[in-house]
Amino acid sequence: MKKFLLTASAAALALAASAGYAAARDQIQIVGSSTVFPFTTAVAEKLGQSGKIKTPVVESTGTGGGMKLFCQGVGENTADFTNASRAIKDGELKTCKANGVTPVEIKVGFDGIVLANSKAGTVVDLTKEQIFKALAKNVAVDGKVVPNPYKNWSDVDASLPATKIEVLGPPPTSGTRDAFVELVMDAACQEEVKAANEKGCGEIREDGAFVEAGENDNLIVQKLEANPNAFGVFGFSFLDQNADKLQGHKVDGVEPTFENIASGDYGVSRSLFVYAKKEHVGVIPGMQEFIAEYTSDAAWGPDGYLADKGLIPLPDAERAKSAENAKALKGMGS
Amino acid sequence: MTDAISSLGAVGRPVSIHTDDAAKARLKGRYRTETWFKWLGAAAVALAGLFLVLLLSTIVTQAIPALRQNYVTLPIDLSAAKVDPAKLDEVNYDAIAQEALTAKFPDVTSRQDKRLLRGLISTGTGVFLRKDIAADPGMLGGTVDYAVPLDDFADLYLKGLLADVGSDEAISTSVTPSQTSGDIDLTFGDDAMQALARGHGATEGENGMLTLTSGASSLLVAFNGGTVKLTALSPAANGTVIAKGTVIEALDSTAPAASGQAFLRVIETPEASRKISDKMIVWLDTLNSAGLIESRFNSIFFFTGASREPELAGVWGAVVGSFLTMIVTLAIAFPIGVSAAIYLEEFAPRNRLTTMIEVNINNLAAVPSIVFGLLGLAVFLNFFGMPRSAPVVGGMVLALMTLPIIIIASRASLRAVPPSIREAALGIGASKVQTVFHHVLPLAMPGIMTGTILGMAHALGETAPLLMIGMVAFIVDIPGGFTDPATILPVQIFMWADFPEAGFQQKTSAAILILLVFLVIMNAIAVILRRRFERRW
Repeated sequence: MKKFLLTASAAALALAASAGYAAARDQIQIVGSSTVFPFTTAVAEKLGQSGKIKTPVVESTGTGGGMKLFCQGVGENTADFTNASRAIKDGELKTCKANGVTPVEIKVGFDGIVLANSKAGTVVDLTKEQIFKALAKNVAVDGKVVPNPYKNWSDVDASLPATKIEVLGPPPTSGTRDAFVELVMDAACQEEVKAANEKGCGEIREDGAFVEAGENDNLIVQKLEANPNAFGVFGFSFLDQNADKLQGHKVDGVEPTFENIASGDYGVSRSLFVYAKKEHVGVIPGMQEFIAEYTSDAAWGPDGYLADKGLIPLPDAERAKSAENAKALKGMGS
Repeated sequence: MTDAISSLGAVGRPVSIHTDDAAKARLKGRYRTETWFKWLGAAAVALAGLFLVLLLSTIVTQAIPALRQNYVTLPIDLSAAKVDPAKLDEVNYDAIAQEALTAKFPDVTSRQDKRLLRGLISTGTGVFLRKDIAADPGMLGGTVDYAVPLDDFADLYLKGLLADVGSDEAISTSVTPSQTSGDIDLTFGDDAMQALARGHGATEGENGMLTLTSGASSLLVAFNGGTVKLTALSPAANGTVIAKGTVIEALDSTAPAASGQAFLRVIETPEASRKISDKMIVWLDTLNSAGLIESRFNSIFFFTGASREPELAGVWGAVVGSFLTMIVTLAIAFPIGVSAAIYLEEFAPRNRLTTMIEVNINNLAAVPSIVFGLLGLAVFLNFFGMPRSAPVVGGMVLALMTLPIIIIASRASLRAVPPSIREAALGIGASKVQTVFHHVLPLAMPGIMTGTILGMAHALGETAPLLMIGMVAFIVDIPGGFTDPATILPVQIFMWADFPEAGFQQKTSAAILILLVFLVIMNAIAVILRRRFERRW
């Protein structure tokens, strides 16, 4: 027994010691946004299947958490890439710089959210304020916060049609819902509602005017087809693929087209990014292969496997430019 | 007898306070309380058992479909024209497999349909094919029949989990098609079909017109060697019905099918609310009736690593990761824990310091596990610069978490060894160390082992502490050593439960089942050790 104990503790110590002085890492480590996670994991798996490099390890830490790990410094104990569902903040870039990290920004695609209905329905031109009034759980009427009293679109604004408010959208578990709440509901939140309840802005009405249609955007598309009076909230790619059946509506006067989403003119969209650590290229094997795979048309192109997983591809010109910058490893702020 | 006693009392002997009426009532009350308590206890156990059975049966029924995977056997052309034996790594094996599948359906010509058809087989086909050819180059040079795993949706459909499909029913009237392919008209001899369509969610239009949208059940008519999907029905002259339809599989001829020669298949789940289209269902059924599809034991699930595609995802990577992590945990926690327990119990003087240490060990056992994860992040990763996502770090963090449990269990079983053993050993001249290691420790060992195994089982189920040190990650490669990135079983379960693809539901349950099997085995070992080696005094 004594011998066993001794050997066991010796083994434990040896293990602990060897871990501290591990050989150079030969596997890419990626952290960051959970929105980009499904896309990056798909790329990582494809690259691993090709047998060129070991499959990268992808962690889902959230954009902020990812940035913190990414900007921590240079060295094999820090992440090589980070996923982000927003652009890097100035403060984060400063931290990166201070720690000797040069991020290479790769814009990989968009997450655009549209309001659409069947082609048989009417075309409307909405503002974010109108959408807020139509969908918020509590709204301000004459300076008082009350449960949403609006039944028809015309109650919200006289210029809108006199049809029942009926909007199909994603459930709270969905990232699309989060983005919708952030980009529309929070942005157009009425002062009175905000004052009454800080979190009240993001609350969507539950009296039947907003129907949670499940995570499947395809399902919303089919239901809109059947009901011309209903509107749907979903990702732009579904509008694009069902352009023969559905029409998108202007929000704040901007039509949800590819160009408008790409240029950022359309207010309800966000870009998805992957940041690479320039200092690790050539040190950690596979950095360039990973960038090349992500920026290949087979992956992020309009017919690529990432589009199948739900990524809204960049327009051709911008994709080419983004790929070029990425491959040239154009660092930020240098 | 009772009569005799009470009559005796009546005769003159004073009635004792233990036998008077009040005492009898008290006794009855006490018995009643006892009965009540027994029943309550039994009810509590029964309730717990019920929940356990409910939980287990849900998991097991959900997990069973994941144990098998459907394969389609395709003639794959591996002749030199397709596969250059000198450049095996440059061949697009996926394309070869997809060609073999599309060759089975020469009617499918449009780009979109071909894409749908290719979607029936797994995207990992090329990887399997390449691996198998590398292992057996004899496959090259000709056409081989090769079993290709089906895509997750196709697999789930065949397992009956994706759509509610009725059996084929003969149509008791004649059916006449206008063409053999494309959008066609079908003339039915009577109007029975209209009532059927109404019953399956068709939309009523003008002049008795019925439209079958994607929100209604799908009505498929199979005859003349092909399949037609009905889209609309309208009444025509002489009580006949003219239906509009889209041909999914081309018909042999435009000859009318006599009564009983055409078959109707109803897919109750509307196309809009399922992930598999009517076309894919028809193709799959064609492959199935040709005997090309077979269900096999799902070796992919048991022997591969993680994947984003449900049909390619396996638990082996997580099992190996768990194993490596547990080895590190055991190697650190067991010797340190037992040594600490021996010192504290047998050697340490009783003073304020040791009392404080004792109290703190007990407190440590109650600290939430996420705190140990934060400690691991701060100390092992940031200070010592150890690698992220590595089993060695995970094992060390879990060892810290298990240490107090092992120390407490070991001390308890050391204390249970009677002092007479120690006194006897010391009495015949053994030193303190000899006494402890030759006599006390062997007797305490079964208890120590039990405590250790229970502690390890506890550690095996932990995810929270590993979140901080990067073990909650998507890792495809099977870890080969203690410093390779790895994940563990509970983390794998957590991640699969989060993925949107329907196929991961069954995988999640199956992985839970595997984890439970490991836990049951560990606990069983603990019970056996206790039974076999425990000594009672």
